[in-house]
Amino acid sequence: MLNPKPSLKTTLHALAYLAPLLIITVLFTVWPLLSAVRLSLATRSNFYTGRVTAYGWANFGALWHDPDFHRAVQHTLLFTLGVVPASVLLALGVALLLNRLPHCARFFQTLYFLPFVTSTVAVSLVWGWLFQADHGVVNGLIHTNIDWLNDPHYSLLALILLCLWQSLGFNILLFLAGLNHIDDRYLLVAQLNGATAWQRFWHVTWPLLTPTVILITVNALITNFKVFDQVYALFHGSAGPANADLTLTYYLYQKFYIENQTGLAAASGLVLFGLVLLITGLAGTYFHHWTRWLRKDAR
Amino acid sequence: MKKLLIGGRYLLLALGAVAMLLPFVWMVVISLQPAATTLTLPTFAWSSALHWENYRHAWRLAPFAQYYGNSLLVTATTTGGQLFTSILAAFAFSHLHFYGRRLLFRGLIALTMIPGELLLIPNFITLTHLHWINTYAALIVPWLTSIFAMFALRQAFLTHPQSLYYAARLEGASDWQYLWHVLVPLNRPVITAVGLLQAIGSWNAFMWPLIVTNSPRLRTLPVGLMTFTSQTGTNYPLLMAATVFVVVPLLILYLALQKYIVAGITRANLKG
Repeated sequence: MLNPKPSLKTTLHALAYLAPLLIITVLFTVWPLLSAVRLSLATRSNFYTGRVTAYGWANFGALWHDPDFHRAVQHTLLFTLGVVPASVLLALGVALLLNRLPHCARFFQTLYFLPFVTSTVAVSLVWGWLFQADHGVVNGLIHTNIDWLNDPHYSLLALILLCLWQSLGFNILLFLAGLNHIDDRYLLVAQLNGATAWQRFWHVTWPLLTPTVILITVNALITNFKVFDQVYALFHGSAGPANADLTLTYYLYQKFYIENQTGLAAASGLVLFGLVLLITGLAGTYFHHWTRWLRKDAR
Repeated sequence: MKKLLIGGRYLLLALGAVAMLLPFVWMVVISLQPAATTLTLPTFAWSSALHWENYRHAWRLAPFAQYYGNSLLVTATTTGGQLFTSILAAFAFSHLHFYGRRLLFRGLIALTMIPGELLLIPNFITLTHLHWINTYAALIVPWLTSIFAMFALRQAFLTHPQSLYYAARLEGASDWQYLWHVLVPLNRPVITAVGLLQAIGSWNAFMWPLIVTNSPRLRTLPVGLMTFTSQTGTNYPLLMAATVFVVVPLLILYLALQKYIVAGITRANLKG
């Protein structure tokens, strides 16, 4: 038994430990994935029995010609562009301010992280109140009279502000961990050599922090591509005024749950999956080059 | 100069903290206003009398006790299940040698990239066939594993020297005994951290419970709160009082066990 070489016996033994996880994973992840691909290619099927009578690319073709799907992709990209860069930069800023703060760092960290632990539905409902046109706090603070949740020109911005506020804490936490990994001695040497604070940040901290920045950005991109709960709660089960907040996941939900168009929904889900794979692949390539560059540097 | 810089840092951080806290403060303030009058009041003019009875009214208007029970049951069972299945699999991947170990592990990690929203469609159809729609099984069974939890625990289990394992085995302990009497107690902080993260996710989950349940008997708190909005309409004090019900348990849990949650997130995201 102590022999580290695998055999039929050790494999069966290990399978006993793996079985619970594997069974559930196969039933609710692997099989559904295959099933989703099949559904997306089904052009004629029975919603209740799931029996498919004809296959083809018609669902993807329908997506290509569906103005609502175009809107969903457009909004998702716009929304992600609105949230992610701002969230990453702000989180980096706060993390730098918090890093090695003499007092109360823990206290501030707790406050910034609060939105992450609270239910998305709950905070979205609170923000729905803040965004009220007549007596809302947002209008009260910036002295405007915008109908945030009913004006299609502003409703996506409202969603962006909510998600930005909500995502900050998590990103700050990851940045703080990344900053902690940077060896103090680099910064000390730079300081002894007369580098200014900005030079120390730009030539020492930033290059060493780049992998963390990429990791946080990728994570934020993927999370925001899938935005749903906030839309549903902020606009009370609709996609915003004149569909102005129709996102990819909301489109999937509409097609599947409201309109029973399973094939279209599955196809749009696969498009979402494609987007996630693309971003992950790009990040993977970057990390591959980065580690190779590190190794070359070490030699 | 140096003092000024530090002071500036605190000022900026405090401003940010106010922005983070404002919605929570507002939630509590509005929940104590006289019901059904806030829409006629100017933004910052509050009544100074505190209307605690809003909480009692909100609690009575919808079966919040039932929602609480459902949320507690679902969160406890899914978190427990996830920890159990992940601990077993993490042990196999960190301590046992078997055919296809690397391939299987990489395959599982690759699966984490699939968006849950895509899987929701076929899973819903499966549950329909099983007649599980509107049952606790639908809320619990698909969530009894977590590859993320398995990965985090495996990373933690790998940090223990193999010699400890071999010593225990030579002393006559079985794998099962070593896992539950040595490895699990040694890794209690990590297991707590992972469990807390999963519990937060489960407590706040919205899309899945929304889709697989439609009877009030099975609603979890977030779904119950969402349906409550259609009952209250523009009666924001009652709605905010109900929101406080949903938010408070996790806030308490977070404030009490913050260090584990923070450690769990940084460990899982920045390793490997």
